[in-house]
Formats: sequence, C-alpha cells, structure tokens
Amino acid sequence: MTVGFSAHQIPRQPLPQILKDHYFATKVDTVVTVSFGLLTLWFLWSILEWAVLHAYFDPANRDACVQSKGACWAVVSARWRIVLFGLYPFEEQWRSGLACLAIILTVGLSCLPWFWNAKRLPMLWIAGFAAFYILMRGGVFGLTPVNERDWGGLALTLFIFAAVVLIGMPLAIVFALLRRSELPWISRTMALVIDTIRSLPLLTIMFAFAIVLPFATPHWMSGQQLYRVIVGYAIFFACYQAEIIRGGMQSLPAGQEEAAKALGLGYWQRISHIVLPQAFRNALPPTINQVVITFKETSLVTIIGFFDILASGRAASGTSEWSFATVEVYVFVAFIFFVFVFSLSRYGAYLERRLGVGVR
Amino acid sequence: MMVLTARTNLAAQGLTSGFGFLERTTGWRISFSLIEYSTSSTYARAILVGLLNSLFLGVLSLPLATLIGISIGVMRTSGNGMAELLGTIYVEIFRNVPIILQLFFWYALLLALPSPRNADPILGSIALTGRGIYIPGLNVSGASVLVAVLILLAGAALHLRGRKTRWARADRGQIRREQRFLWAVASLFTVMCFWLGRLPGTPLLSLPEARGLNFDGGISISPELMACVIAISVYGGAYIAEIIRSGFNAVPKGMSEAGRALGLSGFQVFARIRLPLAIRIVMPTMINQFVWLFKATTIGIAISFTDFFMVISTSINQSGQTLELIGILMAGFLAINYSLAWVLNRVNDAIALRGTQLRM
Repeated sequence: MTVGFSAHQIPRQPLPQILKDHYFATKVDTVVTVSFGLLTLWFLWSILEWAVLHAYFDPANRDACVQSKGACWAVVSARWRIVLFGLYPFEEQWRSGLACLAIILTVGLSCLPWFWNAKRLPMLWIAGFAAFYILMRGGVFGLTPVNERDWGGLALTLFIFAAVVLIGMPLAIVFALLRRSELPWISRTMALVIDTIRSLPLLTIMFAFAIVLPFATPHWMSGQQLYRVIVGYAIFFACYQAEIIRGGMQSLPAGQEEAAKALGLGYWQRISHIVLPQAFRNALPPTINQVVITFKETSLVTIIGFFDILASGRAASGTSEWSFATVEVYVFVAFIFFVFVFSLSRYGAYLERRLGVGVR
Repeated sequence: MMVLTARTNLAAQGLTSGFGFLERTTGWRISFSLIEYSTSSTYARAILVGLLNSLFLGVLSLPLATLIGISIGVMRTSGNGMAELLGTIYVEIFRNVPIILQLFFWYALLLALPSPRNADPILGSIALTGRGIYIPGLNVSGASVLVAVLILLAGAALHLRGRKTRWARADRGQIRREQRFLWAVASLFTVMCFWLGRLPGTPLLSLPEARGLNFDGGISISPELMACVIAISVYGGAYIAEIIRSGFNAVPKGMSEAGRALGLSGFQVFARIRLPLAIRIVMPTMINQFVWLFKATTIGIAISFTDFFMVISTSINQSGQTLELIGILMAGFLAINYSLAWVLNRVNDAIALRGTQLRM
C-alpha cells in the first residue's frame, strides 16, 4: 500500500483542505464526524471528570474518597510498593526496583540495531538476566538472600517474562530446525508436538506443569513450582516462535542455501551464518509481536496462584481499608502494562515500516 | 519411565489410576449449568456441564467479537478522520492490556451495580443489578430452543445454497421469491416449536419482576458469564478489527474505482465489492484468531465461571485423579479446536473465489 513517495516529498496540504477531505467530504461524512466527535468528547470529558476533577490523590483523604464519585488515586499513592514489589522485604525493595530497571534496560537495548547479531544479543540478555537474578536473590556481594517465594509484583512478572524469552528463544530455533529436518520421522513428530501444544490454551499448559509434573517426574527433577511454570511457558512460547522462524526460513530463496553448499560450508555453518540471520530479519515483526503477547499473557500466572503484578494489585485493594478502590488499582496496573506493551508494539510497527518487510 | 514414576508416586498417595472415578458422584455444586445437574451427579456429567458452558461462552462471545471487530475495522478504513481516530483509540486501549486484567475490571464494574432491591428496571423489563442482569425470556423447554436453533441454521444453509446457484440461473426474481418463502416457513416452524415446547401453566413470555430481595422470572445472566462475554468479545474485537483493517487495505484500489466507474454508489461499492473481497482475504487469519479466542475462554476460572477448565481443576482437587483429568482436558480442547478449525476451513473453501471470479 505504499506509494513511491516518502512523507516529506508530498507537499503538505493546508489545514482547511485536510479538514474538508478527511472530515467533511460528503453529508454522510459530516454527520459521522459530528456524532463521533461528540461521542469522543463526551467520553473524554467523563474520564477527565472521573480521573482528575473529582479525584483524590493524597492518602490522608481516604474518607473523602469513599464519598466522592471520582477516582481515588490515594490507594495507589498509599500502596504502590505492594503493587510493584509484592511481599519483598521492605528495606530491600530498592534491589527489586533496580532489578526491574535491569530488565527494562535489556529490552530497551535489544531495540538498538547495534546489538542485532548472534553474539551481542544473547550476551546482553544473559547479562541483564544475571543482574536481575543476583539483585533479587541476593546471597552474594553482601546482599541478604531473599527466597523466590517472597518475590512479587512487577518484579515477578518481569522475571517470568525474561526467563521465558531467554529459555524459549534457543528452544524455538531448535524446534524450527527439527521441524525442517530432512528425516521425515523427526520433522513429523516435531510438527505433531508443535501443533498439539499450539492448540492447547496456555493456562492448561501452565496448570499441567505446575500440578501434574510433580506426579510424573522423579522427586529430584520436579524443582520449584515457579521454575516448572516458567519451563512450561517457555515450551509454549517456543512452539509459536518456531513457526515464526520457520516462516522466516521459508521466505529465503533456495539459492542462498544452495550457494552455501556449493561453497563447501557444513550444516552448522550454513544454519548459523546464512539461514538464521536472514530468517530472523524476515521474521522480526512477528517475533516482536510474539514477545509482546508473551509479556501480556504472563499475567495468567496469577490464576495458578503466583503473586505477580495482577495478584499484588488485587492484594493492594484487598484490605477492608481500600476495598472500595478496586477499579482504580486495576486502572493503575493496566496503565503499567499499557506503557510497556504500547511502546513495544509501536516500535515493532516502526521497524516493519523501516525494514519494508511488510511490503515485499 | 514417566508412566512408571507416575504410578509409584500415585500409589504412594494411595490413589488408583483409571477412568472408574467418572462414575462416582461429585458432591459439589456448579453455579451455572445448561443441563440438569445436582450434587449427586457423576463426574462425567460435571465435565459435560463444564464443556457445554465453555461452548456456550464461545458461541456467545465469538460472534460478538466478530461484530465489534468488523465495525471497528470498517471505522478505521472509512476515510473519515473522526471515525478512524475513535477506532484507533479503541484498538490501542483494548489490545494493549492483558485480557485477564480486563476481565477483572469488567467483573468489578458489574459487581458494583446496584443491588436488586435498589435496581430500577429499564423499560420495565431489563434490570441491571450487582447479582446479575435480568432480561425477558420465553417459558419454553430447552429441547425446543435447540430444535428452533437447528431450524434457523438449516434455513441459513438453504439460503446460502440458493445464493451459490444464483450465478448459474438467470431468473433472480424467482430465487428471491424462493428465499422469502424459505424464511417464512422457517419462522413459522420456529414459532410453532416454541408454542409446542412451552412449559405448562405459565405465560409464554416471562418478564423479570422485583420480588423480595431479588428478581423473579425472565432470564438471569450471572455477572461471571456477563464479564467473560464482555471481556472476550471486547479484547477479541480489537484483534479482529486489525485483521479486518488489513483485509480492506489488501483489496486492490482498482476494484472499488472500477465499481465507482460502473456507477455503483459508495455503499454498493462497500457492500458488494470491498467487504466480500476483504472477508475472503482475511478468512485464513480469522480462523486462527477464532481458535485462539476460543482458547481464551479458559480465563473464566479467574472469576469462577464454571467452564470446562474450572470443572476439571475442581475435579482434580476433589478426586485426585490428576493425570486422567489433565488427559481429558487436553483431549477436549484438541477436539474442540480441531473441529472449529475444520468447520471454518470448510466455510473458507465454500466461499473462496474460483474460476472466472478470480480476476483480481
């Protein structure tokens, strides 16, 4: 759908002309513009009234809050530490905050093209994840140890997300290679596994790994519930991501691999130097999309009983003192998710335009 | 190896394997059921209740999501700036927040509605209360509703058949008369079906009436079901809107220009050229989306809507037959998702353009 001009080559039209073309071109357009415009205004006004004009921000005003018909942001200013850090020891919460920053920084740096090669990106993620783990777990460098059971809030959500991507990505490459194997029994088995897992809901996979695995494996293999859920989620992620990578591989011209073969490169050299780099480039937009979805669906662990940001949000308004302000806490948590997900998906859309992948 | 470990682990807890437990009575209650169920029903029946509830939720929310998706998608490609703005706001808000958080949000809002005692029925017959939503209903048996739905489905199938042969036959007027006759017969049968199936000693139409602390009569929709339907259709609608939008963008511009050149009106170009082509373009993506949305119905467990997943997990808690029940859960989802995809793929084949229609 792109025309042969870039944005700055098209002469800008004067504002009245834009208004006429896009808002008041026909009578029907005028009616639509006016009615939708009024609807939007009414909507924005009610939100403004609820969220700002009639709202209270100071926890001291709790009693006034109960009477008011506006939002009660006081609950957020009183309980934001619970929402972000859960039951993490109060004096140590700066560690939790720093750890969250480490993950956010890792995700942010992965967006820079400088990191996009087979050495730098894994190094970046392993470093970010290690920093997170050391800060949270403690026990070294004079940090007091904190058990995983006490992790919670945003930190736990980010931990599960980062661990799933870190384990799932290499797994996805393995799955995709097995799926493309020339031995039919390998590729067919892998296809069956991938299709089966893809047609099951994530929640049932997490549930199976959390509840069933201890029955089916020897005691020493079952490990902590948190890590079992992460492994289950990583396998689920890998099945989706494997199909995306396979799509990227299939869109490569066959000549690429044939040329590599003709040059005498071995299988691993072909895969790591010719096929995978190009496949990842082709598959970049759907990969970002998958990462975004993974981050959003991390919130499902709250159903299995983990104290992630959603559960800690519910706990923040769970006491009788703030029980009337549930909606405000949900809006606050939703806002946190929105900021992460919206910026990542905008970045994905920008990348898609820049690489021109969507056009070809 | 895993089976053996599972056996020893189970035996250690004094549990027997096998599906014999399905014949045992459950002893627990299910709050929402489409078929008869009591505490003395068997596990098999409880699982059937859960399965039907899941399907019911899917049948309600998938079409609703499609409806929302198509309207928003059309808004975003309408060329009217205000409509596009509103559509964009909708998509960005609801796509970037986890569905489970949205579910909690809607559930909190629904529970915050006034209690039945203080609720004021709208138009004298629809009551929105914190305990559920009450709408007028028919006093008919479940079987006759099923037969009526089947009659209407058969009518729709015959209607589509008529459309398919329309290009082969010259006399359009006759076909239109046939279709009108078809629908008259179908609606006559439906009314007759309701009349025969009405419960003895009650008026055909039942209206909700305030009685004591609650409402009586009519159909009551529990806040759990309502919240699930709203959350899934609003969230799914945002995704479907994006698919529809890409479909409209993929229809070649020349098609609608040719339509305009032939003298079709703006609406005719939309309804006869752009919409049918866009639907055919997006159909494969939509099938994936429907399967994915159906998997999302499992989130109902978060607010204890008794769907398939919830019944299975309660059964696991109560009976301890973990492995068997997980097996049933996975088999159920595989069966539903594969049949859903199969049916939609047949629809896709049936409406695909072929032969001389394929001049794009």
